[in-house]
Amino acid sequence: MKLDCKHVWEHISEYIDGSVDADLRKEIELHLEHCEICSAILDSTRNILILTADDRTFELPVGYSERLHERLAKELGSAEKDSKNE
Amino acid sequence: MRRKICETQRAAFQRGAYGCFQMQTSNANEIGLIARILAGEKELFHELIRPYERMVYLTLFSMVRNETDAEDGAQEAVINAYRHLASFRGDAKFSTWLTTIAINEGRKRLRKAKNSAEESIDEEAEAHEGDYTPAPLTDWREIPLEALERKELREALRVAVVELPDIYRQVFTLRDLEELNVEETAQALGINPGAVKVRLHRARMMLQKRLVPFLKTTAPARKRFFGRAL
Repeated sequence: MKLDCKHVWEHISEYIDGSVDADLRKEIELHLEHCEICSAILDSTRNILILTADDRTFELPVGYSERLHERLAKELGSAEKDSKNE
Repeated sequence: MRRKICETQRAAFQRGAYGCFQMQTSNANEIGLIARILAGEKELFHELIRPYERMVYLTLFSMVRNETDAEDGAQEAVINAYRHLASFRGDAKFSTWLTTIAINEGRKRLRKAKNSAEESIDEEAEAHEGDYTPAPLTDWREIPLEALERKELREALRVAVVELPDIYRQVFTLRDLEELNVEETAQALGINPGAVKVRLHRARMMLQKRLVPFLKTTAPARKRFFGRAL
């Protein structure tokens, strides 16, 4: 079976995740060898995922961690008091 | 800079045997930590939660889409996790259990904000046969990694993710930002693994289409090596 571009697009996400079966993977790779358009789509999608996984893209608010642990410390402290009062 | 990207690439795409071993070790450590916390060493909860601070915030942010609300929600979720730690049975990973608590907190906040129409809108979106094909790049040149360092590309991606429809943004966040696997994502969101795959594919294709103008580059063409490892 020869894959057309649309068929490749439908499986791009699973191909990137490595969750297509061996036969389909081979078909997709054969297609990619001669199709510049699908190769470009694959590359651009992968680049988006690389960028997404980069911690600098989605940054935490400044001081988030400190405030979180401060709040947690209060909670742990009040739980401590409760257990002593019991 | 380049090294940073290489590290994230590895994290995102190369979940090999060593990663699996590390995961098992960290699970075992966590179970030990949890037992000690429940036995009275409460301060250790700080240590238990530290690796997941980012994940909890991003989960909340993917739902409420507002920094202040996401931070408040993240604090509530962490406190709730502490208060209910005894109910953690260890049949799921701690990270999945914590994500579920964060999602519940997000849903509570959305309801409070009178956004309860969210679910019915979601169902419509799921049933809708939209156009989820990627955008072809006719003048494509392979992007050098340096191009990914551009600030405007990062900003465009942030905006595009925030503007994804809710059901796609949540799955995309859990899978591609927090790196949960399909089963964990399905469990955390209470949907089936097939729906996770469909939503993730659509989310990625929507982002690809949206970001194509930013991904074009004037770099000279060079011969590609297809099927290369990332």
